[in-house]
Amino acid sequence: MMASSYNAKDEDGHITVTGPGGGAVLRSKKPENTAFKQQRLPAWQPILTAGTVLPAFFIIGLLFIPIGIGLFVTSNNIKEFEIDYTGADTSSPCFNCSQNFSWNSTSPCTCTVPFYLEQPYESNVYVYYGLSNFYQNHRRYVKSRDDSQLNGNLKSLREPSKECEPYAYHNNKPIAPCGAIANSMFNDTLELFYNDPNGTSVKILLGTTGIAWWTDKHVKFGNPGGVDSNLSAVFQGAGGCWSLALSNAYKRDSTRSSSSDRLSVSGTTKPLNWRRPVYELDSDQSNNGFVNEDFIVWMRTAALPTFRKLYRIIGKSSQMVPTLPRGNYTLEVVYNYPVRSFEGRKRMILSTISWMGGKNPFLGIAYITVGSVCFFLGVVLLVIHHKCGNRNNGAEISN
Amino acid sequence: MLRRRLNRLLGGDERRVDSRTIYVGHRSSSPGEPIIKFCDNRIVSSKYTVWNFLPKNLFEQFRRIANFYFLIIFLVQVIVDTPTSPVTSGLPLFFVITVTAIKQGYEDWLRHKADNEVNKYPVTVLEQGERTRKDSEKIKVGDVVEVEEDETFPCDLILLQSSRDDGTCYVTTASLDGESNHKTHYTVSDTEKDLETLNATIECEQPQPDLYKFVGRMHIYKNDQEPVVRSLGPENLLLKGATLKNTQRIYGVALYTGMETKMALNYQGKSQKRSAVEKSINAFLLVYLCILVSKALVCTILKYVWQSRPGQDEPWYNEKTQRDKETNLYLKMFTDFLSFMVLFNFIIPVSMYVTVEMQKFLGSFFITWDKDFFDPEIKEGALVNTSDLNEELGQVEYVFTDKTGTLTQNNMEFIECCIDGFQYKYRDASSELDGFCVADGPVNKVQEKAGRAKEELFLRALCLCHTVQVKEPTEQGPVDGLMDQVDAGVPHPPQEQRGFIASSPDEVALVKGAMRYGFTFLGLESRNMKILNRNNDVEMYELLHVLTFDPVRRRMSVIVRSNSGDTLLFCKGADSSIFPRVRQEEVERIRMHVERNATEGYRTLCVAYKYLSAEEFAQADAGLMEARLALQNREEKLLAVYNQVETDMSLIGATAVEDRLQEEAAETMEALQGAGIKVWVLTGDKMETAKSTCYACRLFQRSTELLELTVRTLEDGGRKREERLHELLLEYHKKAVQDAPPLKGGITRTWSSETQDYGFIIDGATLSMVLNSSSESNSSRYKSLFLQICQNCTSVLCCRMAPLQKAQIVKMVKNSKGNPITLSIGDGANDVSMILEAHVGIGIKGKEGRQAVRNSDYAIPKLKHLKKLLLAHGHLYYVRIAHLVQYFFYKNLCFILPQFLYQFFCGYSQQPLYDAAYLTMYNICFTSMPILAYSLLEQHICIEVLLDNAALYREIAKNGMLRWRPFLYWTLLGVFHGLLFFFGVRYLFSNPALQDNGQVFGNWSYGTIVFTILVFTVTLKLALDTRHWTWINHFVIWGSLLFYVFFSFFWGGIIWPFLKQQRLYFVFANMLSSVSAWLVIILLILLSLLPEILLVVFRKPRGPNSRQMLHLL
Repeated sequence: MMASSYNAKDEDGHITVTGPGGGAVLRSKKPENTAFKQQRLPAWQPILTAGTVLPAFFIIGLLFIPIGIGLFVTSNNIKEFEIDYTGADTSSPCFNCSQNFSWNSTSPCTCTVPFYLEQPYESNVYVYYGLSNFYQNHRRYVKSRDDSQLNGNLKSLREPSKECEPYAYHNNKPIAPCGAIANSMFNDTLELFYNDPNGTSVKILLGTTGIAWWTDKHVKFGNPGGVDSNLSAVFQGAGGCWSLALSNAYKRDSTRSSSSDRLSVSGTTKPLNWRRPVYELDSDQSNNGFVNEDFIVWMRTAALPTFRKLYRIIGKSSQMVPTLPRGNYTLEVVYNYPVRSFEGRKRMILSTISWMGGKNPFLGIAYITVGSVCFFLGVVLLVIHHKCGNRNNGAEISN
Repeated sequence: MLRRRLNRLLGGDERRVDSRTIYVGHRSSSPGEPIIKFCDNRIVSSKYTVWNFLPKNLFEQFRRIANFYFLIIFLVQVIVDTPTSPVTSGLPLFFVITVTAIKQGYEDWLRHKADNEVNKYPVTVLEQGERTRKDSEKIKVGDVVEVEEDETFPCDLILLQSSRDDGTCYVTTASLDGESNHKTHYTVSDTEKDLETLNATIECEQPQPDLYKFVGRMHIYKNDQEPVVRSLGPENLLLKGATLKNTQRIYGVALYTGMETKMALNYQGKSQKRSAVEKSINAFLLVYLCILVSKALVCTILKYVWQSRPGQDEPWYNEKTQRDKETNLYLKMFTDFLSFMVLFNFIIPVSMYVTVEMQKFLGSFFITWDKDFFDPEIKEGALVNTSDLNEELGQVEYVFTDKTGTLTQNNMEFIECCIDGFQYKYRDASSELDGFCVADGPVNKVQEKAGRAKEELFLRALCLCHTVQVKEPTEQGPVDGLMDQVDAGVPHPPQEQRGFIASSPDEVALVKGAMRYGFTFLGLESRNMKILNRNNDVEMYELLHVLTFDPVRRRMSVIVRSNSGDTLLFCKGADSSIFPRVRQEEVERIRMHVERNATEGYRTLCVAYKYLSAEEFAQADAGLMEARLALQNREEKLLAVYNQVETDMSLIGATAVEDRLQEEAAETMEALQGAGIKVWVLTGDKMETAKSTCYACRLFQRSTELLELTVRTLEDGGRKREERLHELLLEYHKKAVQDAPPLKGGITRTWSSETQDYGFIIDGATLSMVLNSSSESNSSRYKSLFLQICQNCTSVLCCRMAPLQKAQIVKMVKNSKGNPITLSIGDGANDVSMILEAHVGIGIKGKEGRQAVRNSDYAIPKLKHLKKLLLAHGHLYYVRIAHLVQYFFYKNLCFILPQFLYQFFCGYSQQPLYDAAYLTMYNICFTSMPILAYSLLEQHICIEVLLDNAALYREIAKNGMLRWRPFLYWTLLGVFHGLLFFFGVRYLFSNPALQDNGQVFGNWSYGTIVFTILVFTVTLKLALDTRHWTWINHFVIWGSLLFYVFFSFFWGGIIWPFLKQQRLYFVFANMLSSVSAWLVIILLILLSLLPEILLVVFRKPRGPNSRQMLHLL
């Protein structure tokens, strides 16, 4: 503003030079005549009109309705059976187990839940356990893990990440696997028995593999000390095996650890709530330790507080017989997992699977709805367009 | 501010009382007096040094409210345990801060360099009679400095000695005010040739920024004689920054140095103008801040309500750490609130500021690049001085234009003259010897000439009464161009091939006019004016005094002594200032001519003369000398003497000079009016001339009813002016406002023939009466009446305006109801005040120097370019940035809303829905480029259509796209999309077994599906809005979608060693392997875009596109 004060001058301005040029060298900068600089780039100028939008509506309608019907039918064809075995009611067979629950009890509490399948289940049947009101997506919970420990990093095994607090150390020993997620791993054992009409009860074979993402099992999760090492030795850190494993491990990542740590380490401890240490999860070495598939499935935190997780797969045995024929079954539960304290529920779900996944009518209904709305709008627009279009045409001509 | 300027104009500035005394060459300061320390000659324009750059720059940057907000968010993230890592907000902030710091640092480095160049420049100083070389910064006040040709003056100097014989030197002030012509400065008379023995003191005023004002007094002591006193004026002062031309060498004494030089005092930057869009952004920002705070509050409250239920706060599977348990409950609540704030803070993105800045900066290049703005005559295109106001060009409601040089070409041509009541017109084809014939006499005396004596007197008056200088053809080099001033078609003897330098083009036109009639001005030689008369005899006149032109008197005079010893006073000036000062019986004959010429659009000047008797001259001479020596109130004293001398003259004649209209002036004005813009002409010219220009520009139509409020109409009734003013204002108000049709929404009103158009004319004197009425209550009432009348007129003409009054008018309109956006356009120094005052100032690269261009926001070579600048560029810029702003708020709302909704499903635990990488990259990479490309390239209506249909401009008037309604629409759209994304996926996840192998998805898959839908929807929404698909649009829109897909694969494809958690490992790939995920993504994208498509169809018949359709068909 200050600068303006001296500028207030008269209409006649100041001294002017007659004649071209002013002595000063004028920049001759003629702008380049390029399409970009002149904002004349060739351009496609789409204009949405009723004429172009109407066919789109019909096409969407015609596409979505069949897809929706297909989805709906597929979803309806999926057989699903769900049974709640929480034991909240006194009438429930698991009521006693849920009432007498204690973390310290040595003898497991078992309860059996009978159920009846009205339809035979063809092809593979997937067994899920479902939990309700369980906040696996709570922030404190979600972050309470150490992915580098789970990947088999020895340093993280001995010094779990801070994020694992308060499940990082117990009795000054690092917890393996650390964190709240691992600590609260679902540990009910579910077994299914088919009650043959002739009175014998046949135990159904439950496949434990193929329930976790392939990449999780083979890349993201890994046992410390390599594939072929003795797991119990690595985790316990006792005797010669421990140092052997360690020295093997040091060869692998000698850059990260210093030798001074070696003496202070005296093995890891199991998570507080676990009954067995991590290296005893399965007798099969390829499904033991951190690469145990039940463990991996649990470690993938659910999106919503009511969720299901894949527990077992019942493989199709032969072409002729349905995997699960119609009839009476018994679910035998080793009741280890308390949910009553936070008003949670536990379910067991049997489900077949289609190309779209488990049973979910939402997609089918949504597609049918959107398709019909589009189709309906298309019709309405067509009518409006037909009526107004004539008027518009008239107006255009008069213009 | 205004008052200060006014004070200065009236000369009532107290500061002038202070004066400083300078001893030339530092000698002879009497021992008793303390030596006053003046500042050294170092110029410091840089802001930072190496040491204070970092703290000072950071401080400056964080003073911006947005930056500060982001800093706070960042600090909260660092201190409090928050859901997202500090990197997510720290990285963008760091980026913005660094880029800005680098830019400012670079600019400051350039300033340092420039400062050093000036400060270390070697100069020659006379010390003890010896010439010593010094750095420029070491010059002290009182030093005698030598400057050679083509050097710039190192500080403000008083010219003591010049190598030219006549004690003059030539100077260009190109770097000061942009005027590249030569100005003459004079030495102080009576200084001795030998500067060594010079013994003098200079008394002068304290430094002040006005470049054209300076008063001082020099006392020269000669051996024991009485000291001689000489007055010093601006013509003795050489300003720092100006360059010496055509003069070998000068000596001057340093008067003001360093930061006290007039150049440095004028260095202050312009105040920053803020656009209306920016104000809208700030308003929206506030709304979003409220949304943010309320979201955080709601979540915090619900969290504690939820936690109060048993078993929820700390279930056995999810225990708190010891520290958590020990924390105070209220402190926890507060940190929870902050955590929610951090989680949702992405709703106000850092990147919006970056994108807006980039859009403005890059977008402004299109103005400079536009070849339609290139003027082959001056070989220059448009100039953008600020990129902050691009969009304001699309919002202009009032255009204030200067007349001379803006509407008209300022290319003066002598058309005719009138001598003693007879009209003379020059004919090119005339074969008469003197080229001087009667074209058209007064009605009753056809074909008669005035007496030859009168003719010659008139022509001599034209030749003598001016301040024109002859450019001598002796110089070589670049000045040669100046001498090509030849009238085409008229053969001139070689010595007549001369150029003239003058303070106004009118003067040159008059001198050249006289030349064509046989009287040639040969130049000024040692105070003698030489004239070549018709008989090729040289006449000599001694120039005794020049009574310079000023806008208040509106006339100038010279006092000359002819060879015969007669002392004559010639005076020329505006009719209104001459007529009262001549004998009245002469007036009537001339007035008729003057008025007719004025209505034809010519500039008229009247010429008068008077013989001065010896006593009269002696009296005038003494008065002038005394006034010129005065240190205080010099101007007032001079004015009094001038008025005293210029009386009782006799009128000889009048001249008419044509000032042609600019190319396409009328078309431009018509287009502006068609665009709903009101054009006001503000000029210093007289009413008749200005009115005829307005008619010529079609600002006034024949059907326009003119409402005049001028001194003439005020004096009509023969009553007191105040009363008459009151009466007229009421009458006009009734006519234009009350009787006008009720629907007068300004913009919506059509200018069609049914309504009566009004034009309003007011002159400077009346305006000051309106504004400064005697009583306060009247003043505000008149002002509002005046404004209301003006707002209902199609065009307004304000004539006889002083520059300050122009600014006053602009300010008044700017601050009137509704705060309309104003634009001022002008070419001269007199327009600078209104250019600075208006929202947008446009300078025309005209002939009156470069001051207007320097102070403008945009400069264009011609008036006709204004049409494209406003109708095409302005319109497009506005649409682009408005869409940019709305889109940014929209996309961040539907980005954050799912995250907010997720809190209801995760126990209000601040669990983010998206991965940190997505949170960070969303605004930086995935969705930033398409909108930037859109905001640079979009032409929702192509430029030709915009230019042809000025009415389209009205559709975006009054900030049409950034008002609350469209904002609400965009916000609702964002809410709708956010809800759709979240709940669509939520219902899908009611059974998380989404793969055909029965495996289930977790929370990160949930977030990734929502995010994928989000990125695609938001980008496709923009694609739907894009009406102008160049290859760049295609590239960035499809490119950023592809980039998103590739990035997601990449991000999830590797176990990242530096990450604590491998949350997204193969999440994206697994998502794509699920058919259900695909289906839900497609469904939700389509569903969210459906209303948009529907709206386009329904809105079509009334929207702006319909007209475009019509034109394309």
